[in-house]
Amino acid sequence: MSAARSAFILASGALFGFGLALSTMVKPEVVLDFLRLRDMGLLLVLGGAVAVTFAAYRLGPRLLGKPLAGGAFLKHPSEMAARTIAGAALFGVGWGLSGVCPGPAIANLGTGDWPVAIALAGMIAGAYVQGRVAKLE
Amino acid sequence: MPELFPQGWQHYLVGGLLLGAGMSLLFLATGLIGGMSTVFTTVWSFFSSAPYFREERFMSSRQWRIVYALGIVLGALAWRLASGDAFVTHVPYWQLAAGGFIAGYGARLANGCTAGHGICGMASLQPASILAVLTFIATAMITANLVRAFA
Repeated sequence: MSAARSAFILASGALFGFGLALSTMVKPEVVLDFLRLRDMGLLLVLGGAVAVTFAAYRLGPRLLGKPLAGGAFLKHPSEMAARTIAGAALFGVGWGLSGVCPGPAIANLGTGDWPVAIALAGMIAGAYVQGRVAKLE
Repeated sequence: MPELFPQGWQHYLVGGLLLGAGMSLLFLATGLIGGMSTVFTTVWSFFSSAPYFREERFMSSRQWRIVYALGIVLGALAWRLASGDAFVTHVPYWQLAAGGFIAGYGARLANGCTAGHGICGMASLQPASILAVLTFIATAMITANLVRAFA
């Protein structure tokens, strides 16, 4: 990884983490309030993030040709498959139980909301079990 | 009619635009797609020789994903220092532990979470991601309401 590429990746993560914290989606209670239909804020967060990212994904390759720090423009590999939907259904159960998803689980190491580290440890363990039982490609 | 945004709406929208800006900067500068849950699989490649963790897609992305995660921690820390907000959750530990485990397993089975399917997948209008998002919002709403009713 070149220094420029690393710096861009670090800065992107920092923007993401700052935005996540500012939006209060790092707080499990705020997420659970959305899921219990008490506060629709999460829709604004998701909508705002998707709108900006949609523009970047659409316009970037057209205007830039290739990424600023080299490499190639990649695509998110979504697969229309049973495992995608089964995994999403399970993911939702865990998310609805804890109010924590992967981004906030990581971000809360920075905000100091220490009990969320329990959820982070659970996710890392869940990823391990999934990897051990997964079929190889 | 209940209020849609009892805590106000501006911080939600600005926060969402900022995290979209982070996702966009990552793409425009490096071409990478900033999904989040994959890092939980790729870190295992450093400790485990199980064949799944050694797949090319994980081995080739494990370094940048750690840098990205580090950036997220630093960005959140910057917000913590700027805001002085020392919030600590009251969600019971068993819910954090069990919910985290199930969410981690499910996100990796689905190959994406609220970031990968919710932001990246929807922003590239992928049908599988849109279906995944509708699915996990539905099961999350059912779960959160059942927990409130019985726990």
